[in-house]
Amino acid sequence: MALWTCCRYAVTIPLSLELFNLIPPAIDVRQARKRYGQLQALDGVDLRIEQGEFFGLLGPNGAGKTTLINLLAGLALPDDGQLSVLGHDVVKQYRASRRLLGVVPQELAFDPFFTVRETLRLQSGFFGFRRNDTWIDEVMHHLDLTDKADTNMRRLSGGMKRRVLVAQALVHKPPVIVLDEPTAGVDVELRQSLWRFIQQLNRDGHTILLTTHYLEEAEALCTRIAMLKHGRIVALDSTQNLLSSLAGCRVRLKLAGDLPATLLPQVVEQTDGDYLLTLPSYQALESMLAELRLAGVAVQEMTLQQPDLEEVFLRLVGRTVQ
Amino acid sequence: MWKVGFQTVLAPVLTALLYLLIFSHVLAQHVEVYLGVHYTAFLVPGLMMMAMLQNAFANSSSSLIQSKITGNIVFVLLAPIAYWEFFAAYVLASMLRGLVVGIGVYLAALWFAQPPLLFPIWIILFAVLGSAMLGSLGVVAGMWAEKFDQLAGFQNFIIMPLTFLSGVFYSIHSLPPFWQALSRFNPFFYMIDGFRYGFFGVSDVSPWASLMVAGGCMLGLTLLSLGLLKSGYKLRY
Repeated sequence: MALWTCCRYAVTIPLSLELFNLIPPAIDVRQARKRYGQLQALDGVDLRIEQGEFFGLLGPNGAGKTTLINLLAGLALPDDGQLSVLGHDVVKQYRASRRLLGVVPQELAFDPFFTVRETLRLQSGFFGFRRNDTWIDEVMHHLDLTDKADTNMRRLSGGMKRRVLVAQALVHKPPVIVLDEPTAGVDVELRQSLWRFIQQLNRDGHTILLTTHYLEEAEALCTRIAMLKHGRIVALDSTQNLLSSLAGCRVRLKLAGDLPATLLPQVVEQTDGDYLLTLPSYQALESMLAELRLAGVAVQEMTLQQPDLEEVFLRLVGRTVQ
Repeated sequence: MWKVGFQTVLAPVLTALLYLLIFSHVLAQHVEVYLGVHYTAFLVPGLMMMAMLQNAFANSSSSLIQSKITGNIVFVLLAPIAYWEFFAAYVLASMLRGLVVGIGVYLAALWFAQPPLLFPIWIILFAVLGSAMLGSLGVVAGMWAEKFDQLAGFQNFIIMPLTFLSGVFYSIHSLPPFWQALSRFNPFFYMIDGFRYGFFGVSDVSPWASLMVAGGCMLGLTLLSLGLLKSGYKLRY
C-alpha cells in the first residue's frame, strides 16, 4: 500500500510544484463559510493539514465538524471560501478531489439489497474500478470482514456495518481519509482493531482527519488537533502544545494547616485537609508554594496530575463533554 | 432491478395482463376503435406504454427516495460522478426497466391478441422516448420528495390520472368534445397514440405531432432535471 500511495502522490502532484518543493497540503480550507437558515454552521474557518498527518477535529455537537467534512467531500456546497484536497478545489475540480478523498460518514447507511462484497464492488464501480477484488479482499482482511463477505448488509451488527463503511471509504485507495465519528457505538475490541488499521494506513503515508467524541482517542492518535466552537476554530496546535499550554495542571495537596485565602479560588475539590487545585500552568506552581510558605503552612504531600485533552476541551468549549 | 425482479418486472406485467383480461372480456364485443382492429389488440400497445411509463417513473423516483431516506445516497454523492452522469445513470436504468416491462407485457399479451407491428421504428422511438421522459420525471420527483408519502402523492395524483386519461383504453375520438380537447394537453396521450401508430398505422393525431410533443416534454424535463442536479437541489445541502 505504501508503494501505491507514493505512486498515487507522484501522479497527483503536478511536476512543477514538485520541482519548486511546493507540495500541496492534504487539506486546505480558507475562510469556509456555510449557513443553514439562521444557523451559521461555519464562520470563516481556515485550516491546513499537511500530507501524512493524523489530525483531530474536535468540538461539541453542532460545532460544525460534520459541516466542514461535508464541504470537503462535496456533500454540501460552501457559501463562501475555498476548500481543496491535495491542491484540487472541491467545487471546481471535484472529480480529482473526490478521487483523493475517502470519507467514512457518521451515519450507519447501507444498501439493504447487497452483500458486503457486492457493496464494495458497487462502491469501486462508482470510482471507476471495474476489477477491484484483490484490493477488496485485502481491505476486508484488514477489517476482519472476510467471513462476512457474502453476508447481506442487513444481517451485520452495528460494529460490522461500521467496518464496511470504513472499507467503502478505502476501495479507491484514497491518500486522504476522513473519519467522522468512526467509533461511535463500536465495542472496545472492534475499536482497537479499527485504530490499529487506521494507524497502519497513516504510517503508510495516508493523511487521516478524524472527528471523535472520545477525547482519549484523539489524544492518543492525533499529532495535531483543531477545536471548533460555533463554526469557528478556537484552538489549533499540536496535541502536545495544546495539553501543555492550555490545560495547565492540577495539584493535590495535603496540608498541615488551612489553605491561604488567596489560593481558594483555584480549589476544585476539598476533603479533610486534602485540596485539589487547578493551576493555569506549571510556572504557577512556584507562586503557589511561595504563598504557602508565606502563610506558614507546611505541605505534607503533593501530587501533580497530568492534564488531558478533556481539560483543554472543557476550557475551550466551556461545556460538558459527552 | 433483477434482485427485486418480482416487484419490478413480473408484478407490472401481471397487472397489465389483468387489465387486458378484464377490459377485453367486458368490452371486446361492444367496441371497435379502429376499423378492422379488434379491441383486445387495440388495448395491447396502450397497456404496454402505460406499464413502461409507470415503471420507468417508479424506477428512478423510488431508487432516489429510498437512497435518500436510508442515507446510502451518500455513497453516490461522494463519488467523482458529474451531475449529468448521475442523470444518465438513473434515466438509463429507468429506460431499461420500462423497456423490459414493455416487452414482457407484449410477450404475455400474445396469448390473447397478436397486434401487427407495422412500423417498428415508431414503436421503438416512442418506447425509448416515453421511458426516458418518465425516468427523467422520476428523477425530479425523487429529488423533490422527502418522504414516501410525497412520492406516492406524485404518483397517484399526477402520473396515474395522466396515464389513465391518455387513451390507453379508448380513442379520444370517442370522448365528448370538451374531454377530447382536454386530452390534447396530456403529453401521455401523444406517447400512447404515437406508439400505437407503430402497431396499426392508425392514430388519433399525426405521429409526427406526437413525436414533437413527446420530444419537447422530454427536452424540458431533461433540462429541469439537469438544472436541479447541478444545483444540488435537496441532495447536496
